[in-house]
Amino acid sequence: MGTSVFYFVATLSIIFSLMVIFSKNPIHSVLYLILTFFTFTVHYVLLNAQFLAVVNFIVYMGAIMVLFLFVLMLLNLNKENEPNKSNLLKIVGVIAGGCLVVTLMGALKAVNIDSPLVLVDKDLGLVERLGKELFGKFMLPFELSSILLLSAMVGAVLLTKKEEKTNG
Amino acid sequence: MDINFVIEKFLLVSILFAISLLIAMYSTYAERKVAAFLQDRLGPDRAGPFGILQPLADGVKMFMKEEITPSNSNKWLFMAGPGLAMLCACIGTAVIPWGQDLAIGGRVIPLQVTDINVGVLYLFGVVSLGVYGVMIGGWASNNKYSLLSAIRAASQNISYEIAMGLSIIALLLMTNSLSLKEIVLQQHGGNWNVLYQPLGFIIFMICSFAETNRAPFDLPECETELIGGYHTEYSSMKLGFYLFAEYINMFVSSAVMATLYFGGYNYPGMDWVATQLGPIAAPLVGTGVLFLKIFAFIFFFMWVRWTIPRFRYDQLMNLGWKTLIPLAIANIIITGIVIAVVKF
Repeated sequence: MGTSVFYFVATLSIIFSLMVIFSKNPIHSVLYLILTFFTFTVHYVLLNAQFLAVVNFIVYMGAIMVLFLFVLMLLNLNKENEPNKSNLLKIVGVIAGGCLVVTLMGALKAVNIDSPLVLVDKDLGLVERLGKELFGKFMLPFELSSILLLSAMVGAVLLTKKEEKTNG
Repeated sequence: MDINFVIEKFLLVSILFAISLLIAMYSTYAERKVAAFLQDRLGPDRAGPFGILQPLADGVKMFMKEEITPSNSNKWLFMAGPGLAMLCACIGTAVIPWGQDLAIGGRVIPLQVTDINVGVLYLFGVVSLGVYGVMIGGWASNNKYSLLSAIRAASQNISYEIAMGLSIIALLLMTNSLSLKEIVLQQHGGNWNVLYQPLGFIIFMICSFAETNRAPFDLPECETELIGGYHTEYSSMKLGFYLFAEYINMFVSSAVMATLYFGGYNYPGMDWVATQLGPIAAPLVGTGVLFLKIFAFIFFFMWVRWTIPRFRYDQLMNLGWKTLIPLAIANIIITGIVIAVVKF
């Protein structure tokens, strides 16, 4: 049952992510992206990573996508006033995408698929275990990444303040 | 899977859904009665004794009205908006423990749809999804006022979610658990969290006012500036869904506050009552007590609405970012220090 659910949800993820690219209206794109993230949440639940699932739910679906929608609505982007992309840009896009596919294929080839992945510890994704791992074994990288995020935040605030001053 | 399990969960979900709708219905009546009481009026008193049939009359009116879809709106999203608002309002009840386990004929039936071990975070996720109904509906209406209101709602929700999350963190430091069932069990015997986390509770409550778009933070529906806000273009039952969703949100956040801070279904003298009434009636008394607490909170929501005027937009943002968030962080630090001192 687990695998059939996985294939069903995986198909949905792929369909929704394709819709993100193919829909003309940017708002529709973002809405499809939200659905894509929702299917990711389901994937995490299937992997018994409840904490990650819920955090993905809150942070990506609940906060980041709301901000995306917010900005799009504020800018009021429509397909009418979307700048026409030149053919050169399209070709460059295709080449870049192709390169990404080749890289991914190469990376996947390197993975040893013969030995099936087995979840060693079923409770690994639960919040208590995850917290102990993060604040024990991975203390330094965890704190460093939090400092990185904080500095990005401070930088963003600083940039807006600077603009205010020059504008008078 | 056990067939009994499926039946009892199905029953519980249906009952909860019915209760949510019923409470939302009678909240509209209660709101008007409370407003009347606070303003020294009578309120609705024509339909039935004391106007008790007024919600039914309103419901019939909502259904009978003409359904208008603006010609330049986005049809699908215009429909999805109210539906999404309603869905997000209703799914919050799933993780709240409504009472102690019932023991009927050797079967133990928990009065909670599911006890996931990240229950608090789940609630938080539901809250953060709630804004989509408003945003999508407001944008799809293709109306400047609706759009402005949708944007207001989004920024307000995001701002207050942060303070709300931080106030919960201080609580979680004490409870050491994310499961709502566990949190309620810990509050047994008058050990209510509000006694240890008064500041956290006040911050949480203010944020839930903002998250449910209730006065004094109902800026997305500010009539003087935005006509009707995000539901300007809505009519008939779609409008009804938006209004209903607000009342269900109010009910759910009252339930959450009662559960997290006011002991849930616990009440003084519980163990004595349990020995007197037996294993079936006693949990139901607890459920009744929980609902009394919820009604008290709903009354408080209404009381505040008819007492405090609406905030200005910059005041709202200042309160959220410059007062509540620093206070919540200070609360976390103090809680952490106290816990460290008590432990060692």
